[in-house]
Amino acid sequence: MTATWHVSASQGLAAMADPTTLVTIDALTKSFRTDGLPALSELTTSIKAGQVTGLVGPDGAGKTTLMRLMAGLMLPSAGRIEVCGFDTVTEAAAVHEVIGYMPQRFGLYEDLSVIENLTLYADLRGVVGQQRAETFDKLLVFTDLERFQPRLAGALSGGMKQKLGLACAMLKSPRLLLLDEPSVGVDPISRRELWKMVYTLIGEGVGVVWSTAYLDEAENCAEVIVLNEARALFQGDPKVMTASVVGRVFQVRGAIGDKRALLVAALKRPEVIDGVMQGATVRLVIGNDQTLPSKADLGAVEGSEVVSATPRFEDAFVAMLGGQPKRRLLLETRPQSTDNQSLPVTAKSLTKCFGSFTAADNISFDIKRGEIFGLLGPNGAGKSTVFKMMCGLLRLTSGSALVDGLDLMKSPSAARARLGYMAQKFSLYGDLSVSQNLDFFAGAYGLSGQKKRDAIKRVVAAFDLASQLQVNAGGLPLGFKQRLALSCAIMHEPPVLFLDEPTSGVDPLTRREFWSFINAMVARGITVMVTTHFMDEAEYCDRVALIYRGKNIAIGTPEELQNMVRTAELPHPTLEDAFIGLVHQHDGALT
Amino acid sequence: MNWIRLLALIIKELLAAFRDPRARLALILPPVLQFFLFAFAATLEISNVPIGVLNHDWGTASTQLMARFERASAFSEIRRYGSVAEAQVAIDRQDVMVVVQIGQDFSRTLAAGETAKIQVLLDGRKSNGAQIVNGYVSSIVTRFAIDYKLGTAMTQASEIVERSWYNPNRDYRSAMIPTLIGSLTMASVLMIVGMSVARERELGTFEQLLVSPLQPFEILIGKAVPGLIVGMGQGILIALITVLAFGISLTGSALVLVVGLVVFLLAVIGVGLFISSLVSNQQQAMMGIMVFMMPAMMLSGFTSPVQNMPAWLQPIAMANPLVHMIVILRGVFLRDMPFSLVAERLWPMALIAVVTLSAAAWLFQRRTQ
Repeated sequence: MTATWHVSASQGLAAMADPTTLVTIDALTKSFRTDGLPALSELTTSIKAGQVTGLVGPDGAGKTTLMRLMAGLMLPSAGRIEVCGFDTVTEAAAVHEVIGYMPQRFGLYEDLSVIENLTLYADLRGVVGQQRAETFDKLLVFTDLERFQPRLAGALSGGMKQKLGLACAMLKSPRLLLLDEPSVGVDPISRRELWKMVYTLIGEGVGVVWSTAYLDEAENCAEVIVLNEARALFQGDPKVMTASVVGRVFQVRGAIGDKRALLVAALKRPEVIDGVMQGATVRLVIGNDQTLPSKADLGAVEGSEVVSATPRFEDAFVAMLGGQPKRRLLLETRPQSTDNQSLPVTAKSLTKCFGSFTAADNISFDIKRGEIFGLLGPNGAGKSTVFKMMCGLLRLTSGSALVDGLDLMKSPSAARARLGYMAQKFSLYGDLSVSQNLDFFAGAYGLSGQKKRDAIKRVVAAFDLASQLQVNAGGLPLGFKQRLALSCAIMHEPPVLFLDEPTSGVDPLTRREFWSFINAMVARGITVMVTTHFMDEAEYCDRVALIYRGKNIAIGTPEELQNMVRTAELPHPTLEDAFIGLVHQHDGALT
Repeated sequence: MNWIRLLALIIKELLAAFRDPRARLALILPPVLQFFLFAFAATLEISNVPIGVLNHDWGTASTQLMARFERASAFSEIRRYGSVAEAQVAIDRQDVMVVVQIGQDFSRTLAAGETAKIQVLLDGRKSNGAQIVNGYVSSIVTRFAIDYKLGTAMTQASEIVERSWYNPNRDYRSAMIPTLIGSLTMASVLMIVGMSVARERELGTFEQLLVSPLQPFEILIGKAVPGLIVGMGQGILIALITVLAFGISLTGSALVLVVGLVVFLLAVIGVGLFISSLVSNQQQAMMGIMVFMMPAMMLSGFTSPVQNMPAWLQPIAMANPLVHMIVILRGVFLRDMPFSLVAERLWPMALIAVVTLSAAAWLFQRRTQ
């Protein structure tokens, strides 16, 4: 990559006290409604040139509001922001000249081609003539979109869309680049490429603000502003924040037996404030000034070992919020399954062709009872196609899909009655109340009379929904929405539960709560298939199948997949390393 | 078919339509407002219009004819013009839409026992209205000619008695208002049914429905029944207002009206679901509804009779459920239409319903798989 970014030094420099400071924010408050809680409260911070500043926090923490305020698209309720020496209220036009802003869903025109989008934005930003030609050449090389110039923006993958968005934001060589959740909907490979591009830019002196709900990205930033409920929890070097939990993070590994049971047992201890699954191991964080309970108290069996682990940013984040909510299912949602023989889910040579394009090619797998099985893969690799075939949403070209022994093609209605389904985004009826949603889904699954009342009573008790029954589903807080969606999916006690990226864009606390529910249900014998490209979700799986270019390129436990890419240079590959390594191996084998 | 699942879906659809107070209001208020708007504003009746006269003849015959124009109740006043140029300006400025020109030899020619000519200038921009006024003019002139021949032009011994069957007062409103029961319910039912699947596709709830044991045809029925309920409610409400507030009595049987409305609404729902099964978002659904609804309204016989359409268009008009419904509505309100004639209009609508509903079901199945 030979692109160079010319930064004009004359713009607004005179007004700046510290030349490395691009943005100064002073006591900034933004409220949308006078009565409600503010979206941002009393924020004072600064953003420097030549580095990536991470804006980290769960959905609804105020990240986008802060971005829009910095871009001069919104007026602060109180306080002030100065960008490159310009006040965002009085000199918004000057601010627009020096920044590049990429909104969450970038305003690409899906019906225009890549090059038409670029031309349009160049026209809008007044980049013309020789300058335009040079900028286009540079950007197309930089984003690796040269080959795709005539392709419609709507037909690009998530990662390529974000690259095009980045190119459009870079047209005028901005000094400050505001990227609002650029990694949403982007698979791990494209995400690494985006980060590489951003590092190239900061090497040339551009200041980048990268907002994200994925806490692992915070570790890539020189500084972070951690937002939660409108307030900054932490500002500064993410390593400093991570260091706050040094000595408090442990891993239980070795022959740990039932890792889900272990996690549940460990979380019952008051000392343990956070616990997640990490492939074959269980990761625990203990409270400040607490000592780790003994192995027996944790519920770890003989043969397992508890070792100290390197803290991650996420450990510190959850600890800072006071640990994960230890909400458990208040009532069992289903009777214990005793059948251990039959296979709840079977995919036999699934093949799906769309015209001449083979979206899924001869994919087979079995899922055992009480197992969490993950379908992993980059965007557009075919995992959604496989998932949809397993739900009966797509007709197979060949092969067969069985749910609880029933063929989805031969007896679709009966087979569908055996599965519970939870979609990627909240897809219940937002205009109906919680209890009306429950009523409808109970009826849609054929429950009536006493059976229906019992089923509704059971999930309301289990998921603690009683206080929200009359509230419109659309107005629920995210955590409740997830619980309601899960309730609707399992009311008919399906032996199989299908989850489509269930916790994408969900904050770490809600995510932990959700998986604790899933783990509790799995313990009762429910079988789960989940499709995802988030490694956090994949970590909860017992086995994963890696789908790439319509083929199943690897299948096994997360640990087995990690072993496949273990080398001398990479002695402890993460699941993401395994994902990327295996995809590259497959690409290498093809050429 | 599983009644529990179906019932759950129907209840859900009705809740979705009625739970939100604004949505509830949107279902009831616009049709009622439109009903009153159309009932009062849109009228084709021509009365109290001025008529222009350009009389170059000073004979007795023309004076007698003028006197007849003056007595006619259809005309509010007679505007006399001195020259063709003056008359032209009057038509250009839309002061009058018809000018009657009487040549200077009118009386002389008549007296000589020959055929005299009268020229009638019509404003072609208002073709419909001008035609009607022309009708009035020619009937007056014809009567005058007969009377003149009989030598009774002065005495007016005879008076032609016109009788209009089924609408004795020839009140335009009586013919117009009942047809609104068809057109207004069609508009709202098309919207409800046409948008509902598209909205669910957009929200992502449609996949949620498809992975439930609900079968595609159950989903179709579940979407159709609420449309039928809402449409029947609106139709009956408008019919009640027609009878109670406008005093237009229901001459025929209420049962025939209800049966006709059910079959009509099923045909409309079929069209709505067909559109719904073709589109993937609400914007496209809106387009589809408009593409169907505009011509269906314009060519329904609502404003101009189907018989006036070109011959090739008439069979196509038969595929428009509103054409048949308007015949039935006028039939049961203005006269007691015999059931055999009603049936002639029922079966085409039933056929439309069967064809569109099966096409929708087929497309639905194909698109979902």
